[in-house]
Amino acid sequence: MQFNINGQTHEVEADIRTSLLDLLRDHLNLTGSKKGCDHGQCGACTVLVNGRRINSCLALAVMHQDDAITTIEGVGEAGRPMQQAFVDHDAFQCGFCTSGQICSALGMVGEVKAGWPSLVTADLEATAVLTPEEARERMSGNICRCAAYPNIIDAVMDATGDGR
Amino acid sequence: MNLFEYSRPEDPSTAAKAGSADGASYIAGGTNLVDLMKLGIARPTRLVDVNRLDLAKIEWRSDGVLRIGAAARNSNLAADPGVRARFPMLSRAILSGASGQIRNVASTAGNLLQRTRCPYFYDGVSPCNKREPGKGCSATDGFNRIHAILGATDACIATHPSDMAVALLALGATVVTLKADGQTGRIALDDLYRLPGDTPNIETNLKSGELITHVELAAPPSGARQIYRKVRDRASFAFALVSVGGIVAMENGRIASAALAFGGLAPKPWRDPEVEQLLVGQAPSTEAFEAAADCLLKDAKGRGDNSFKIPLVRRTLIACLRDLTIDGAEA
Repeated sequence: MQFNINGQTHEVEADIRTSLLDLLRDHLNLTGSKKGCDHGQCGACTVLVNGRRINSCLALAVMHQDDAITTIEGVGEAGRPMQQAFVDHDAFQCGFCTSGQICSALGMVGEVKAGWPSLVTADLEATAVLTPEEARERMSGNICRCAAYPNIIDAVMDATGDGR
Repeated sequence: MNLFEYSRPEDPSTAAKAGSADGASYIAGGTNLVDLMKLGIARPTRLVDVNRLDLAKIEWRSDGVLRIGAAARNSNLAADPGVRARFPMLSRAILSGASGQIRNVASTAGNLLQRTRCPYFYDGVSPCNKREPGKGCSATDGFNRIHAILGATDACIATHPSDMAVALLALGATVVTLKADGQTGRIALDDLYRLPGDTPNIETNLKSGELITHVELAAPPSGARQIYRKVRDRASFAFALVSVGGIVAMENGRIASAALAFGGLAPKPWRDPEVEQLLVGQAPSTEAFEAAADCLLKDAKGRGDNSFKIPLVRRTLIACLRDLTIDGAEA
């Protein structure tokens, strides 16, 4: 199988059952993406596929051979302000969920820029604006067992230019 | 996970043939199927990937019908400007389900065909007629907080978990399919699903290999008000305990038309024409709304942990009807 990950092409021989997460971690040693629940409930495995955030644990690698996959190791300059904001705001304790939180936040910001509404957007036809309430709803697919949520929201708002 | 053959056909007729082979299953997003395969609950021996079939478009036909491709992602459907403007309850229902990551991957048809989240179905060991027919149901006398109060039998009280399907049912959606023999099929969404009876393992009326290609929605009555309200244990990323999707048109202070669908209550998204008929012609009043709730719940059966759903859906329905019919009442 052939993959495009963080701008590099990789040839991998893997069992057809391999999840995208296991491909990254066990075959390519990209261990930034974490395996929390392995059932799409915690978000620790979040990566960007063609710019969209997804749970890599629920994806079969074989189905993503034509996609551009970006992991926390590959977010680069575009991801730097979000990473710095997580450091500045102490937006973690143990850090296990952090790479998923950051990848998810980067994907989420793209969704807001594209004008996508969320459940808490009062007017579905208005242009979405990222508020702390919006960020909480939009980030609900990322669980933090240390409960660093207030600082995660502060970091996300800071990185998007709406810091409090 | 069992081994499987993987194919990614380029056209729907090839896919429908591949999908009719023994042990075959279609896969689009895979957010439910891959999870079920990891747990050994789904064991397809052939996976037919439908992502190359050009079925991801969301299009408006000249007659005003919205034609949703079966592989359109939930997030794209919810964010579609036309859907937000004309079917806001559909956007709201989708946005109330799952997480951003899952909505980015989950497809329209996959959402409709997702399996119940009954914990006994998922645990792989408890007796479950849906997973292993004839073994019995562990939920009837077990932990059944999330289970059905309508349409269930002693064989199975699992609920259908979709929010999107509730909105689509209230909006009168039609499911368009391609059969293995190349014929096109059209199924009202309500007829897609079967009630459990004695065979809860058979969940839909789709034939072997029948591929959902589109979901169609006719334009809603002009001026009708829409709502989707979901009640759950936490504010986000949780399945509905109870949900109500409704669309009501008023005329001269009376209800001219009403379509109401319910989630979390039954083995399929639930709609009761008698409830709607009772409301048509009525002026909005607490008495009329209570009569509608009485009608909805006349055959409701609580089984212990889930008995709270009876008063909960009564209050949720009445609140929704108030918002749908009284100016200034909407939240």
